[in-house]
Amino acid sequence: MEHLLNLLIKAIFVENVIFAFFLGMCSFLAVSKKIKTAFGLGLAVIFVMVLTTPLNYLVLTYLLKEGALGWIHPALAKIDLTFLAFILFISIIAGAVQVVEMVVEKFTPALYNSLGIFLPLITVNCSILGTSLFMQEREYNFAETAVFSLGSGIGFFLAIVLLAAVRERLRYSNIPEPLQGLGIAMIITGLMGMAFLSFSGIQL
Amino acid sequence: MAVETAPAPVVEKKKKEPLFSKKNIRTLRDPLDDNNPITVQVLGICSALAVTVQVKPALIMSLGVIFVAAFSNLIISLLRHSIPTRVRIIVQLIVIATLVTIVDQVLRAYMFDVSKKLSVFVGLIITNCIIMGRLEAFALANKPWPSFLDGIGNGVGYGLILVIVAIFREVLGSGTLLGYPVIPQWLYDMGYENNGLMVLPPAALFIIGLYIWAQRSRNKKLVNVS
Repeated sequence: MEHLLNLLIKAIFVENVIFAFFLGMCSFLAVSKKIKTAFGLGLAVIFVMVLTTPLNYLVLTYLLKEGALGWIHPALAKIDLTFLAFILFISIIAGAVQVVEMVVEKFTPALYNSLGIFLPLITVNCSILGTSLFMQEREYNFAETAVFSLGSGIGFFLAIVLLAAVRERLRYSNIPEPLQGLGIAMIITGLMGMAFLSFSGIQL
Repeated sequence: MAVETAPAPVVEKKKKEPLFSKKNIRTLRDPLDDNNPITVQVLGICSALAVTVQVKPALIMSLGVIFVAAFSNLIISLLRHSIPTRVRIIVQLIVIATLVTIVDQVLRAYMFDVSKKLSVFVGLIITNCIIMGRLEAFALANKPWPSFLDGIGNGVGYGLILVIVAIFREVLGSGTLLGYPVIPQWLYDMGYENNGLMVLPPAALFIIGLYIWAQRSRNKKLVNVS
């Protein structure tokens, strides 16, 4: 239990998907101009992350890994299909996003309208695929995968809302013209990353 | 080897326009500076920055992206009339994922140490917005040969930024370039020290931010693009 809690804290703060790995920077920079939209995207990312990473774990363990197909026929036990991981992961993410989009549209139109175009965009958000790939590389088990995906999602949410808040204030600051917009957003993200570095080494 | 064979059928079809016409050259050159995917289009920052601590992984990563960008552009452009618009995202993702799988397997087979260093970031070329963005914005509406050039141009533009950032970070952060020491020993004797910040993730953001500043001061056209 303590181990899982540790993993959660680590995924949110110490190894924040944005500040430590720069995953999902594109939508992070593009959507962080207003707190409200950033909030919506953050929630959508948490949701999709928690849904797809465990799904990908199941696919990896029961279809792709060496010996995973042994239950069909013993002769298949030697097949190692992990090279198909990229294609299956991204298909699952794209499919899941599509399903989520349809379900949300059908049952909670209000939420759908507030998330708007962000839902389909999540498919190409690097942080989602990145979380699945980290799960594969670090060989987490199912419980760890679930906790890790929740932590990564919350980490992304936290980072994007924080940056949006800073950028809303920045609009009234006197910044050299060529640095406005993208340039200053990069430098601010760097500074926030330095602040998050102070979390490193924290353990429960 | 694939590089030589793939564009050949395209060349025959497009006899009217010279292979390296002015327009095609512009398609190839624009992404290097005026329309750079990272600093102007704001695409593909995601997987870029984490691999720039040293020059070598940055170079390999750029080569991978150039390969994937060029060939996914080519393939999607060839298929552009037969892809239904509603499912085009999935089709594009599958094409990209296949190419990335090839790159990943080649890296694992021939450069295992680099492959380990790049870890998940090779896989993340799939969701690199540059590639998707170019497919959507260019390959779906253009002929195969210009699309191929556009892919190469954008890949190189991306690689350029990656390598620039990597050079700064490696020289200032560990005093080496491609693994060879470049800071002379007498400088260390005088009390010079490597800058530890450069090895940490935020340094990449600072360098890109400053690069954007420099680029936009030089080229006022780009101010306030985004």
